[in-house]
Amino acid sequence: MANRSPYPPKWAERFLSWYCRPELLEDLQGDLNEYFDRNLKKKGVRKARFIYVLDVLKFFRPYTIRKPEILNLLINFLMLGSYIKTSRRNLVRNKLFSGINIFGLGVSMSVGLLMIAMLVDLYSYDRFHVNHDRIYRLISRFEQNGHSNSNFFATSSLKAGTSIKESVNGVQDVALLKDGFSGDLESADKKLPIKGYWANESFFDVFSFELVQGNPATALLEPFQVVLTESSALKLFGTTQALGMEVGREDRAYVVTGVMKDPPVFSHIKFEMLGSLRSLEVINQDNPDLMKWDNIWDTWSYLLLDKDADAAKMKASLDQFSAQEDKTVQNTHIELDLQPLSDIMVGENLANQIGPTLGSTVLRIFIALTIVLLLSACFNYTNLSVARAMGRSKEVGIRKTIGAFKSQIVGQFIIESVIISLLALGFSLVLFFLIRPHFLSMEASLQHLLRLDLSPVLVFFFVAFAVFIGIAAGVIPAVSFSRINTIAAVKNMMSSPGVKGISMRKALIVFQYSISIIAITATLIIFKQYKHFIHYDLGFSTENVLNIRLQGNGADLLRNELNKLAEVQEISQSMLISGIGHYSGVSMKNPNDPLDSATVYYNTVDENYLALHQHRLLAGTNFNPKPVDSVETEVIVNQEVIKRFNIADQRVQDVVGQMVSLDGKDLVIVGVVENFEYGKANNQTGKEVVFRYANNNANYLNVKVQSQDLPATYAKMEAIWKQLDPAHPFDAKFYNQQIQDGFKGLEASVKIGGFLSLLVICISSIGLLGMVVYTTELRIKEVSIRKVMGSSEVGLLALLSRSFVNLLTVSAVIAIPATYLFFDKILLPQIPNSLPLELPEMVLGSFAVLMVALLMIGSQTLKVARTNPADVLNRE
Amino acid sequence: MKGTNLGEFEELVLLTVAVLMDEAYSVAICDELEKTTGRVAKLGVVHAVLNRLEEKGLTKSQLGEATNVRGGKRKRFYQVTNAGREALIKSKEIRDELWGRISDLSLSGI
Repeated sequence: MANRSPYPPKWAERFLSWYCRPELLEDLQGDLNEYFDRNLKKKGVRKARFIYVLDVLKFFRPYTIRKPEILNLLINFLMLGSYIKTSRRNLVRNKLFSGINIFGLGVSMSVGLLMIAMLVDLYSYDRFHVNHDRIYRLISRFEQNGHSNSNFFATSSLKAGTSIKESVNGVQDVALLKDGFSGDLESADKKLPIKGYWANESFFDVFSFELVQGNPATALLEPFQVVLTESSALKLFGTTQALGMEVGREDRAYVVTGVMKDPPVFSHIKFEMLGSLRSLEVINQDNPDLMKWDNIWDTWSYLLLDKDADAAKMKASLDQFSAQEDKTVQNTHIELDLQPLSDIMVGENLANQIGPTLGSTVLRIFIALTIVLLLSACFNYTNLSVARAMGRSKEVGIRKTIGAFKSQIVGQFIIESVIISLLALGFSLVLFFLIRPHFLSMEASLQHLLRLDLSPVLVFFFVAFAVFIGIAAGVIPAVSFSRINTIAAVKNMMSSPGVKGISMRKALIVFQYSISIIAITATLIIFKQYKHFIHYDLGFSTENVLNIRLQGNGADLLRNELNKLAEVQEISQSMLISGIGHYSGVSMKNPNDPLDSATVYYNTVDENYLALHQHRLLAGTNFNPKPVDSVETEVIVNQEVIKRFNIADQRVQDVVGQMVSLDGKDLVIVGVVENFEYGKANNQTGKEVVFRYANNNANYLNVKVQSQDLPATYAKMEAIWKQLDPAHPFDAKFYNQQIQDGFKGLEASVKIGGFLSLLVICISSIGLLGMVVYTTELRIKEVSIRKVMGSSEVGLLALLSRSFVNLLTVSAVIAIPATYLFFDKILLPQIPNSLPLELPEMVLGSFAVLMVALLMIGSQTLKVARTNPADVLNRE
Repeated sequence: MKGTNLGEFEELVLLTVAVLMDEAYSVAICDELEKTTGRVAKLGVVHAVLNRLEEKGLTKSQLGEATNVRGGKRKRFYQVTNAGREALIKSKEIRDELWGRISDLSLSGI
């Protein structure tokens, strides 16, 4: 072989000889070499190498691939028992290391199990439909005057849903679901609120929901038919035999034409009843909006495609269809697309979903966090195992001398790590069951979305996952063990393991600690923002205010009853609740410029509202009490409205008495209130706010309570409610609680972040502990000699811990600025009214992490530094 | 599809093996094919065809002597077997037969 001349890539050669059948190998290698030499002359080294690699990959064909050698497999199989035995002995011998590894892997795997269980749940959604792979949802994007919504809506227009079958080829059937059927149902003796949709007659053809009674073909065919689920039939009639019964809804009688099984947990559509869509044609006879092309807001259309239809190719005909229908509306373009049924739970987060979904963003973040955690634990294993190479090198050397192949050494060590990870699986299963309920209760919607029940499939995935983790964690140590030089190992001439791979190990520790510091700092920052937002000064008082949702009841009766309670101080009414993300807008004309008008946000309240919530009046007066149903004449505005329309040149005193036109009505401004948060503290929408007056048709009663025993007061109110409205459950919440609920998302991030950072810190700490124990023990002889020579304990402590402390400092130097920049420059500027970052939360987390680490380094190094040198040196 | 039936490219490769006589190994076959047909013959394709021909029993092969080119690897030389020769002759006969039945007239009419 011509030496020093350019040669083909080593790894490609090795790969070829690995997969190729021995009888073909030599010839193939020769051919490739010949071509390589040719290309070398014609095209240069790099090109030649590239072609070589390409050719090696191209030759990877069925006829060239080596058949697995049965004998080798047999030997490995026979040796399995021996591997397991040595692995067990090693586990028992190094209790500390095994413990650290099992604990670390177990902790991180429990989160992995959670992720797998979640994915399995999400992917099992809607699989019970026989035609699930042929069902697609029609989704639409709204574009008006060139302003387009970037996102698709899960809904589409009723018009599109009903006419798509004729206009687009390949659609076999369409199931339509329209919102708005939910409401109170009356049976002979009961009146209950029940949730449901309008559905068309194809519903049971497209979906495989099980109809227990009734004919699926005709159950939703005629107007005023209703299909009940078993549980709602039971609620209404006390029996599931409800076929043919009559129920009343909004002054109309509906016939029960079917009783179906409750929708399964893993159905993304959930309901308690279905009303025939045909009824709407009768009820809304003269409503022109119903069938309008741009009314895309409340109908979900599910298409069952033909068996041979290709959804990807249907986009063109959908575009054609919408181009044709666009002509029926002005300046509006509706883009249609198809979304596979399987994509609904795990795909992109569309607006107007029919039920809660998790969305791909949350899913991806969760998967990313889990992978970081798992990587961290795998690094621990790798780190510790490689560091222990010294202890095992003799064993490997002897095995090799006796005749073990490299592959067998690799096999042995991988089996060892798989055993460890299977043990960790047992530990993590326990953790999994412990954290599962906490995880599910973190967000209200999660409980309805996920079950996380153990099933055979799940167990299979768990075991496969554990084996995978074992192999992933064990492969680097296994390969490095298999490379040990036999002679050097047996003759005890191994270079100190501290030298080999030291930079990799350092990098891994820095990685782990950077992640830990980032995790805990980020959690602290989010926690501080959360606290800041739920205690945000909204500009009015929310203390001890209980908001009761009236659910269609008149306000007066309830108010009179509640006023009898001693604990109730004041009561007011309102259309919506400010500060928790409710919005209602109305158009207001600019009094100075007839051409200008803008949306202002409003709340309709009675005369008690402003006083009860302690809104600060800057000028003018409160509303004057008026009789019910009197004409609206007065309005109270906030400062932003005056600024926006430049009313009376923004002189607050002169604003009172001015006329403005709101929603087509001319109203006089009677008062000006100080600005306050109308929407949500972290949302800029809704700066210009007006209060309008109405003392009927309120949605909420705001009750100010003064009580020592709030739960008892609450119970009293609930009893009063029960008397007045037995049908609906009492729905009342304290204002502060509602504000807190509005930031559930942040709260959940704090919880998840806190939990994960705890885990990451735990894992990196025990990993560090292992490393410290190991390296200090290696240096025990050196320490003893130093001690004999007169070194002080403090000096030794510094010597032993210096390198670790340096690593931790590097991690902090990487992590803190990274976190700071991310929050300061990227995340926080996007959140209005957020709190600027401060020093404490930036350094507190790192400080805590470093303290824990120092404690561990200190305790271990101190132990070594304190050993009696005579004990150690005597052994020689 | 195994049997004596020859694909078009298989036939070309088999013929080239016959033409090259004692020098018929993969790279040489590739080069020869490129020269005579004018189309690019990929090593991977030729190799697969040679392997298939050998499986069908139309060629046989043995390794040659080691030389210091090719990174010291031996070449695999191919020879046409009797079965291979028969297959070639048969395919030629079929073609000749068909050619013979085409009158000059009808050919020029194409």
